[in-house]
Amino acid sequence: MAARQAHNRGVMPTVALFVPCYVDQLYPQVAVATLRLLERHGCRVVFPPEQTCCGQPMANAGQAADAAPLARAFLDTFAGYDHVVAPSGSCVAMVRHQYPGLAPDHPALQQVRASTYELCEYLHDVLGVRRVEGRFAAKVGLHRSCHGQRELRLASGSERQVPPFDKVKTLLSTLEGITLVEPSRTDECCGFGGTFAATEEAVSCLMGKDRLDDHARAGAEVITGVDMSCLMHLDGLARRERRPVRILHVAEVLLGEAA
Amino acid sequence: MSAPSDAAVAAGAGAPPPVHHPGGRQAGPYPGHPAAAARFTADVARAHWHDESLWFVRVKRDRAAAQLPAWERLRELAEQIKAHALANLAGYLEEFERNATARGATVHWARDAADHNRIVHELLSARGVTRVVKSKSMLTEECGLNPYLEARGVEVVDTDLGERIVQFRGEPPSHIVLPAIHIKKEEIGALFHEKLGTAAGASDPKYLTEAARGHLREKFLAAQAGITGVNFAVADTGAVVVCTNEGNADMGTALPPLHIACMGLEKLVPRAEDLGVFLRLLARSATGQPVTTYSTHFLGPKPGGELHLVLVDNGRSALLARDPFRRALSCIRCGACMNTCPVFRRSGGYSYGTTVPGPIGSVLGPAQGPGAHATLPFASTLCGSCADVCPVRIDLHHQLLAWRRELVAGGHAPAGKTLALRVTAWIFASPWRFAAAGRLARAALRLLPRGLVARLSGAWGRQRELPAPPAESFRDLYRRTHGRP
Amino acid sequence: MAARDEILAALRRNAPAGPPHPALDGVAAAFPDLLAQFAQAVAAVGGTCLRVPDLAAADAALRALPIHAGARRVVSLVAGVGGATVDAAAVQDPHALADLDLSVLRADLAVAENGACWIEGPSLPHHALAVIPEHVAVVVDAAAVVPDLHAAYAALDLPGRPRWGLFLSGPSKTADIEQSLVIGAHGARSATVLLIG
Ligand code: SF4
Repeated sequence: MAARQAHNRGVMPTVALFVPCYVDQLYPQVAVATLRLLERHGCRVVFPPEQTCCGQPMANAGQAADAAPLARAFLDTFAGYDHVVAPSGSCVAMVRHQYPGLAPDHPALQQVRASTYELCEYLHDVLGVRRVEGRFAAKVGLHRSCHGQRELRLASGSERQVPPFDKVKTLLSTLEGITLVEPSRTDECCGFGGTFAATEEAVSCLMGKDRLDDHARAGAEVITGVDMSCLMHLDGLARRERRPVRILHVAEVLLGEAA
Repeated sequence: MSAPSDAAVAAGAGAPPPVHHPGGRQAGPYPGHPAAAARFTADVARAHWHDESLWFVRVKRDRAAAQLPAWERLRELAEQIKAHALANLAGYLEEFERNATARGATVHWARDAADHNRIVHELLSARGVTRVVKSKSMLTEECGLNPYLEARGVEVVDTDLGERIVQFRGEPPSHIVLPAIHIKKEEIGALFHEKLGTAAGASDPKYLTEAARGHLREKFLAAQAGITGVNFAVADTGAVVVCTNEGNADMGTALPPLHIACMGLEKLVPRAEDLGVFLRLLARSATGQPVTTYSTHFLGPKPGGELHLVLVDNGRSALLARDPFRRALSCIRCGACMNTCPVFRRSGGYSYGTTVPGPIGSVLGPAQGPGAHATLPFASTLCGSCADVCPVRIDLHHQLLAWRRELVAGGHAPAGKTLALRVTAWIFASPWRFAAAGRLARAALRLLPRGLVARLSGAWGRQRELPAPPAESFRDLYRRTHGRP
Repeated sequence: MAARDEILAALRRNAPAGPPHPALDGVAAAFPDLLAQFAQAVAAVGGTCLRVPDLAAADAALRALPIHAGARRVVSLVAGVGGATVDAAAVQDPHALADLDLSVLRADLAVAENGACWIEGPSLPHHALAVIPEHVAVVVDAAAVVPDLHAAYAALDLPGRPRWGLFLSGPSKTADIEQSLVIGAHGARSATVLLIG
């Protein structure tokens, strides 16, 4: 097995890539973009093949007993790496906030929690990236997925009265040629919500269409975000109605226009 | 009408037969949140109108909050004061009772809704009261006071304009601060035409409000007693504070000699100085105003009058024992969590089937009996906006998640969904099974006709396309390009 | 008393551990010009704030307003302001105040942040005077304006106060019909604050 840590000071860290289960199966290009982006910023990236799912679907449905074995397996898989990075805010929120309740005695719990990051958070906070090299000439709307927004605090948010910040937007704004457009409701939920998307189909779809409309009014040609699950929902709605908008994960946008 | 039993009244048997209004409460048994919400959203234009109305209030809240540099500090203090008060509630209630009694008020204790209704009725009937005006009180809604009193020959007039509107329609409030937020002005115009004789087709809010003012002025002048809710009760003074914009609590208590104030036990704050924290937060959170127009402090009966305070438990002491749900007792009923909730805004207050709807209602509802309210904690995307607007920082979305765990553990979640996720978890438990299942599913998605896939994908596929499946998963691609690490 | 004892016992049995009562620090509002802020806050809640040097000027300012011109039945609890036509002290039953046009009240305290004026029991014989008239005018000394509600409660010493008191902030209002703001729900249709000095 490859080393889980960079041994010399000053050497870039070893990053274990966590690819959420549905990204692995349905959106491999997002995982590839994440991998490339991390490598481009000097990381040594490995993909531990034992990984499957962080357990979020079960945990958020209240099925703690079904989620716990997956949490333990995740901690086994990712123990000891310098950093674990995932192109998903909600999976990282799961590890950080729900694992203490699901695998309280796991020896790697605190170490893995402390070293697991959402991709943009990692670039911004850990690698200190303030400028992303690349070109993305389009009008882009950022969908601020709720778990990244309110569990990971990737941005200050519209509700709280704190000094404004927005890590994802900061990174996106440095791309050459990009025009960021803001919907009128800057961080409203898209209505995906895991099993909510199916059990509360009516409200879920109305919420999603409302987000698409808001972004369309702002002039977005592309909608991007940190969570492919929200984007899958928005993309599904947009394609059904043949809306002229492209939905891309933020890793794909940050990588710049494909050659 | 013959006097039905207390239990029948509590169940709504004394209420007039429900009439169906567009966007109004549906007749028949509560079908659970998904079905009730689907009915409300079926009228997309109306759902959007409802959403925009409440979003407008949310935006006003944001602006009001932004004016206070200490906003987040105030929220922290409010949270701590409430946590402190709840941890010492028995002692503070005794202190409150001592002080209120010393000032000439009479304190009554009610174990439950039946106690509460009986106490209020006895106070009224002992004084021969048959005409009562009432200002907003979610507690009396919770206890079903109106039908109880009406069944005993007492006329109860809700005097908050929004509450009067829903009372005319035979509905409960659909929102705790904006009781008639689900009703359009044209519908109110038609209602007032029928009930108050306003001009047919009139829908100007100013005109309709003026008509209600005249109508309710008569009721105020004729009332023999005023009932109010309580926003805050203060242990160190024995004061109760009632906040309104319309002035209806003041009108209702200033004229008749008898004032009955009904409050849940959790309304207590330790000291008068705490009010500064809560009054700065309450109206800003509720409507975006810097403070309500009337924040009235009752410190005893008026000369020659009586002040009765009815303290109601009705499940609150039991909830205090339950971690983490006890935090819901900190709620100051500002309604901000409803205004920000993307589900509430689109599904309407009646989709919750509870007296207090929305995020806080979905936490309180299951505590009263999980069976009937089992769908509520799942009626959320867990987006967390509610927790970030809540002026007392209740971690509402985490509470909803905690309820999901309790409901699943208690067998109250839909069996089909639970089983599906259990099987999925079993597949995920092995990287091999996961990879194999993924390959199978992707192949199926690619090979089956699109229409069939849409049908098989059920609730997902009715309005959404499934992702276009790639030929290769990332793990397969990675193994091919990188080999085993 | 059985219910009382049962409830208190249950609350004691179920009481969680809790934090101490927090010190209410770090929340005070500060305004460069307290009186300007107060006037602006009164306007923002739908009222009118008139700054006048003394009671005589207050009287003149009030008499110049349309709400006074049309007022026949006036109660004034501030000597020399508003020209009382009804002696509130002689009124036994507050129902007799039903057709009052104007009441002139005194506030002991006012809050710059939200435009609220503290009006309380001993200064007026009937609570109804604050809410029943068509229009209300409140006389308050500039020296009685405090920045925020924390300062207000500190100055009030509520435990020592009699019977009732209220913070009145602007005229009666409602937005219960489609969120359209309508001034004059049940209480006064206008609120004029006469700020003295
Ligand atoms: S839970 Fe919080 S936001 Fe919701 S009504 Fe209560 S106090 Fe307001």
